[in-house]
Amino acid sequence: MARIPLKVNGKSQVVDADPETPLLYILRNDLQLNGPKYGCGMAQCGACTVIMDGNAIRSCVTQVSAAQNKPVTTLEGLGSTKKMHKLQQAFVDEQAVQCGYCINGMVMSSKALLDKNPKPTDSQIKEALAGNLCRCGTHIRILRAVKRAAGQLV
Amino acid sequence: MKTLSLSRRQFLKGSGALIVSFNFFPSSPLLAQSMVEPRSDADPTQLDSWLAIASDGTVTVFSGKVDLGTGVETALAQIVAEELDVPFNKIHMSGLDTSKAIDQGITAGSRTIERGGPQLRQAAAVARQELLKLAAAKLNSTPEKLVVKDGVVSVAGDPKKNVTYAQLIGGKKFNVKITATDTGWNMKVAPEVRAKDVKDYKLVGTSQKRLELPPKLTGEFVYAHDVRVPGMLHGRVVRPPTITSKPASIDESAVKSIPGLVKVVQEGSFVGVVCTTEWTAVKAAKALKVTWSQAATKMPANSEEVFTYLKNTKSLRDQVTVNRGNPDAALAQASKTYEAAYRWPFQLHAMMGPSCAVADVGKDQATIYTGTQGSFETRTAVAEMLGFPEKNVRVLWREASGSYGRMGADDVAEDAALLSRAVGKPVRVQWMRDDEHAWEPKGPAQLDLARAGVDTQGKIIAWDFADRGFPLTAASGRGLRLLASRQIGMKPTADGNSNGTQGGGEMYTFETQKCTAPLIPWVQADETPLRTGYLRAPGDIARCFASESFMDEIAADERVDPVQFRLRYLGSNKRGIDALTAVAKQANWQERPSPSTPSSATKATGRGVAISNRANAICGAVAEVEVDKTTGNVAVKRFILSHDCGLIINPDGLKNQIEGNIIQGVSRSLMEEVKFDSTGIKTLDWSTYPILRFPDVPEIEIVLLNRPEMPALGGGEPSSAPIAAAIANAIFDAVGVRLREAPFTPQRVLAGMKKA
Repeated sequence: MARIPLKVNGKSQVVDADPETPLLYILRNDLQLNGPKYGCGMAQCGACTVIMDGNAIRSCVTQVSAAQNKPVTTLEGLGSTKKMHKLQQAFVDEQAVQCGYCINGMVMSSKALLDKNPKPTDSQIKEALAGNLCRCGTHIRILRAVKRAAGQLV
Repeated sequence: MKTLSLSRRQFLKGSGALIVSFNFFPSSPLLAQSMVEPRSDADPTQLDSWLAIASDGTVTVFSGKVDLGTGVETALAQIVAEELDVPFNKIHMSGLDTSKAIDQGITAGSRTIERGGPQLRQAAAVARQELLKLAAAKLNSTPEKLVVKDGVVSVAGDPKKNVTYAQLIGGKKFNVKITATDTGWNMKVAPEVRAKDVKDYKLVGTSQKRLELPPKLTGEFVYAHDVRVPGMLHGRVVRPPTITSKPASIDESAVKSIPGLVKVVQEGSFVGVVCTTEWTAVKAAKALKVTWSQAATKMPANSEEVFTYLKNTKSLRDQVTVNRGNPDAALAQASKTYEAAYRWPFQLHAMMGPSCAVADVGKDQATIYTGTQGSFETRTAVAEMLGFPEKNVRVLWREASGSYGRMGADDVAEDAALLSRAVGKPVRVQWMRDDEHAWEPKGPAQLDLARAGVDTQGKIIAWDFADRGFPLTAASGRGLRLLASRQIGMKPTADGNSNGTQGGGEMYTFETQKCTAPLIPWVQADETPLRTGYLRAPGDIARCFASESFMDEIAADERVDPVQFRLRYLGSNKRGIDALTAVAKQANWQERPSPSTPSSATKATGRGVAISNRANAICGAVAEVEVDKTTGNVAVKRFILSHDCGLIINPDGLKNQIEGNIIQGVSRSLMEEVKFDSTGIKTLDWSTYPILRFPDVPEIEIVLLNRPEMPALGGGEPSSAPIAAAIANAIFDAVGVRLREAPFTPQRVLAGMKKA
């Protein structure tokens, strides 16, 4: 066990954990941030995606020790139902969710994309989200939501 | 709020006075101030069991139906709001709690709107009637002279004389009897009460936004996976190669040193670990060395073995859906005969979130949080396994990952209950990805055999269709058992449920016609990971793939346009004709026989059509594909679907479901197959069992055929049925290759082209 300083959603805090613990379990169980989800534990599905140092990363395969003092943003860090981030609002506007288990990853991967490329083309969005799986088949609405957030919905 | 926490504490008294951090349905912030307790013993013949109106006018509906991520709670809320004439945002769906809700039957089979909808509507109609009586007394009028708008009752022509529902009953009970006969899906609620005329509907038929989406987008929504209760431990299960193998020895040396290990649990062939943290549980389950005894049941070595078995084994029952004339005699006289066999593989539900539940088992009581499709079925299964009376088990449903039938078999609730009992503390269990891919009950393989004969005019005079498939045995109730209860030695007493019967060509009328679905006993079921369970529109996608490919084969051989050929046999099936015509029109279908004229281009394009009837919802489908002749790769570029499920409650919600069915259906058709050998399942993650990704998703166009004159039917799964058939027919149209086995992989396309 070790004391590990984290900077999550702008807040500095210290957790007491096995340094090898995947960041996902720390976020969910120690910090009670339910946005990121366990889907595969192998970086194959994207349900656990968070943003670290500006990049969309898979928190299920990232050891908590690797997140020390690095800025981490989770879905909760974007906005709340009281004040939604434009991406979150765009997903609601497009009703781009079915069960929503994957949606954390969709929003966080899109956030990382739009931060770097505010006006992506359709194929750039599809490529950016190619590693995020959705079993309900909400893809078309998700694409529209990302375009809406980017101000590109015609 | 006060009464609620009191009653909860009372309930928990017996189980060690644990205070559960209760998670309200998070989309209704109003709830905390306004919720009214229903009767604790949900009696469907009491109006108060169905709904309650709070002092602020909020209507809480104690629905026995759950939302599996389809948005059906929103649609049910619309039905209730419409009937009561209250604003839509005043409706709160309470979330299923078996100690309070009415058992409206399992949420499955596209039956929630069809069956559950009218039950809630009629209860609301009774409530409205009662409210009008109360208002009449208050306003010195008669119910006939009253009108209601937005929960305000007023005297017609004298709007100043008014009273609100909240003023009439807010926070109080109706104490009114309501007729409710039969049970579950078949329960008839107040059929004698006249509901609102469809022509007066204002809310039903509109695209209301989903109630629960905002918190799902912000992480505030509490899924089953997010439930935490004080003192909760984390468990993981270590599964054997087959249910019949027992742990010969368990070497705990590797886990003893793991800090946070609470207990290694063994009961029969059930083995699990319980730890203080989730990560420790994951590590301990991995590190635990279990030597399993020889498996008493052998896995089949490959899919060939399964199909041979399906072909040669005597059926339990034949499930005849159409039996007209004598197809054998007609075949003997036919001028030309056709015969083909189609294969559908074992496939996964492949939930994004593996199964998860929290159980708190005390000396004689248990509380379970789970994303089950059948809360009352879970209650029965857990109660039987623990040897508790049913009333001592409380199941609190929390929405989980989309499950498409998988959570009809709530295995994980039993896992959590066994582990919780072993340590005397609440335990959360989530399956790992390989647990889910290996042990979920799969949509089973099907072998469909079709024969037909035509006369000298090319008219079909004989049709004989047999869908040979396995019964579905991974379920609770009706003599069946879930995984953990099997592992501790509880035996099933029944042979399983039907995998459906529709899609074998019964939409058409032929002079002689036989459609059957022989159920072949499956000895491996439940004993090996090749378990069988309901997978979205069970069996329909395979049967429809076979029958609608077969129709296409005959049409092609007769050199007739596939749409025109189908129309000849739809007879008086008006809804079938309408759906087919609508989809052809939207697709700008060009009348000509298949295949298309060959070209020298590397990529060939083609279009295919199919129709289906699932649970009385009719679909027409057209797929447009591009086949790479050098690689054999099939890309579905555009998919057009017409959909008639009677009266539409929420058009956008319905479209969302149809889009999902199409995308999931394309994925199942092109890429999905559970692979196995005699040692076990080989497709244990997303790289070995891939599903469709963003770059390969087709464009989708949907034509909704609304039928206000009909009852509302379900839309959760009917449109999955015709997808594979339309794609197979489009592949044939593009390159002249007839694929009779799914999935339509590049290898199969190339092999077909080589043969041609």
